[in-house]
Amino acid sequence: MSMTFDDGTFIRNEMAPVLPPPKLRIGPVAWMRENLFSGIFNTLLTLLGILLVISVVPPFVRFMFIDAVWTGENREACLGPDVGACWPFIHAKFGQLIYGFYPISERWRVDIVFALGAVLLVPLLVPSLPFKRTGSLLFFVVYPVVAFVLLTGGNINASAFLLERFGLIRPFVGDAQLGGINLAFWVDFGLTTLLFMAAIGGFIALLGGNGRSAARTTLFVFLALGAVIFCWDADVGLSYVETRQWGGLLVTLVIAVTGIVASLPLGILLALGRRSQMPVVRLLSVIFIEFWRGVPLITVLFFATYMLPLFLPQGTNPDALLRALVGVALFSAAYMAEVVRGGLQAIPKGQYEGAMAVGLTWSQMMRLIVLPQALTLVIPGIVNSFISLFKDTTLVLIVSIFDFLGQLRAAFTDPNWATPVTLYTGFAFAGVVYFFFCFGMSRYSLFVERRLNTSHRH
Amino acid sequence: MSELHSTVSPDELPAVHTRPGREVAVDLVGVHKWYGEFHVLKDINLRVHRGERIVICGPSGSGKSTMIRCINRLEEHQQGSIIVDGIELTNDLKRIDEIRREVGMCFQHFNLFPHLTILENLTLAPIWVRKMPKKDADELAMHFLRKVKIPEQANKYPGQLSGGQQQRVAIARALCMKPKIMLFDEPTSALDPEMVKEVLETMVSLAEEGMTMLCVTHEMGFARQVANRVIFMDAGQIIEMNEPEAFFSNPQHERTKLFLSQILH
Ligand SMILES: Nc1ncnc2c1ncn2[C@@H]1O[C@H](COP(=O)(O)OP(=O)(O)O)[C@@H](O)[C@H]1O
Ligand SMILES: [Mg+2]
Repeated sequence: MSMTFDDGTFIRNEMAPVLPPPKLRIGPVAWMRENLFSGIFNTLLTLLGILLVISVVPPFVRFMFIDAVWTGENREACLGPDVGACWPFIHAKFGQLIYGFYPISERWRVDIVFALGAVLLVPLLVPSLPFKRTGSLLFFVVYPVVAFVLLTGGNINASAFLLERFGLIRPFVGDAQLGGINLAFWVDFGLTTLLFMAAIGGFIALLGGNGRSAARTTLFVFLALGAVIFCWDADVGLSYVETRQWGGLLVTLVIAVTGIVASLPLGILLALGRRSQMPVVRLLSVIFIEFWRGVPLITVLFFATYMLPLFLPQGTNPDALLRALVGVALFSAAYMAEVVRGGLQAIPKGQYEGAMAVGLTWSQMMRLIVLPQALTLVIPGIVNSFISLFKDTTLVLIVSIFDFLGQLRAAFTDPNWATPVTLYTGFAFAGVVYFFFCFGMSRYSLFVERRLNTSHRH
Repeated sequence: MSELHSTVSPDELPAVHTRPGREVAVDLVGVHKWYGEFHVLKDINLRVHRGERIVICGPSGSGKSTMIRCINRLEEHQQGSIIVDGIELTNDLKRIDEIRREVGMCFQHFNLFPHLTILENLTLAPIWVRKMPKKDADELAMHFLRKVKIPEQANKYPGQLSGGQQQRVAIARALCMKPKIMLFDEPTSALDPEMVKEVLETMVSLAEEGMTMLCVTHEMGFARQVANRVIFMDAGQIIEMNEPEAFFSNPQHERTKLFLSQILH
């Protein structure tokens, strides 16, 4: 079947046969040649890498395992020459690192919160498991309420909501109690609800929107809030543990999880606000975002802890941990907003037009079309924010909240365990723990990204 | 301008015989629009009756897209009035939503939702806008997918379909809302030539069912077969409007003649 290509015309008279694709070269040698030693530069890099591994890994393994001390009662065990990690130190301080100064007899409550969190979170993270809607409801709504009651003991003695803070309720209602429930608070709450419904409904109606439905939404929000407060106010017979006693991994996780869970929806709202057509909404969003991005987290925490009380009305003294929590959440929400905005900007105009043309309302368009695509695009950025938030939680140390790292540093000061390797051991352990969480998040995000990519792009 | 050539010759398409009614479906009266300083639509007057099929042509940038996008308020006009199905378009969001429910639109680049399957693309609006139960919406969607001849693609994602198939999905998506009026903005100009026909056939069958259609296209074969009237636009104005036979055989305005000679030659 000889063919000539040198004259300009050609007609195929025999179809070319279908051949199998070339065999992939397999085997470790072929792989190494292709990936590690394919050129001079590549070979050099490989050698450099090997050198680095040799100089880092063996000493690390020796410190962590081979030379490490595994048993002992106090510093004596870890004093010898050439001693590696002093694991008895971690063992002795383990409770403190996890729970802080949470009363030992009550630590089972923290354990339940941890376990419950894990049990509720895992089904949400595995895409193939069913009941996502119920699962998210449990994790994002029920779990925080339960966790709060378990960790603090509930029974918050709600006595004033909003109006009473201006002294408007108690003079008329008195301090009546009804089965452990403060009547004045609920009168206050009910009146405030009505007030907000009227104000928000009226405002929306003035702007030409549907005032009635806005008022109804407000009512639902307040009913939900009321239900939460009611649960928190109920006396379930747990002793009160004030947040000053919390510490360690407990505090780290509480701040990180609250920050993560609060910053994403807040960030989305802010990002939408920043891209809104309404100048007032846009301006407020821009001011909020730029304010929080303009100040360091340390300043925020200092302000929340030491200066905010000076501005708040007398008698209102929100919990120190709560103030730090709000600070961290708002701070990360501002960053999240910018990440989400990046995603929103990548959505082509045609998607908006397609959604509008089939008659979706603005909120349906955002919820069903724009945000799912935008958020998918910025998963790496979102998880990046989560990871840096997780690590930034440790800054609460400077306002005397002892997170995991804070507890660790407190443990260093114990003269019982003052040895040359205590510091290294502690930080090695902290490194492993932080790495576990951060690397976990990063891998999970990669997994989600791949899954979403294979499902609708090609 | 060779890409403006008609890719399908008239005799490949069946003739459409349905007659328009007398009711007014879309009424544009003295419509003007500006983009900043730029006067993009100038004194547009157009009355479309129910069941009527209008083809709009004209050079690029003449305002064809802008005009039909004003009809479902993807663009806002600043002067004159637009009445769609008896409802005047104002800033009232409720009216806009009401009109968008009755007006379907197909775009040059399909604008399907890439993160949803074909079936989900079709059922989205019936479920969320018409509040239809999911089961009924699925049935409806499959009905229209059969109609555009791609029921077997229901569970794929838009990215896995060819351009022609995607445009047919886009048409089916619009039809799932049971619109009274359909707008097409160059539905075939992003397609490879061999796919143009399948999309045009779908549009012809729509026309046979008596759908009111406003269609920006340069498929002159389609215009001859389907249109009741052909409109020529240039520089933001309607220059000439006539029945297709007269429009093509005997254009009146110099600019129309020039344009037709360029695309038909
Ligand atoms: N969003 C916009 N802002 C400013 N000018 C625009 C915008 N959209 C379109 N134009 C201009 O308006 C004119 C008409 O556009 P268009 O209606 O898309 O024309 P056609 O569809 O006939 O090609 C063009 O000159 C275009 O550059
Ligand atoms: Mg156009």
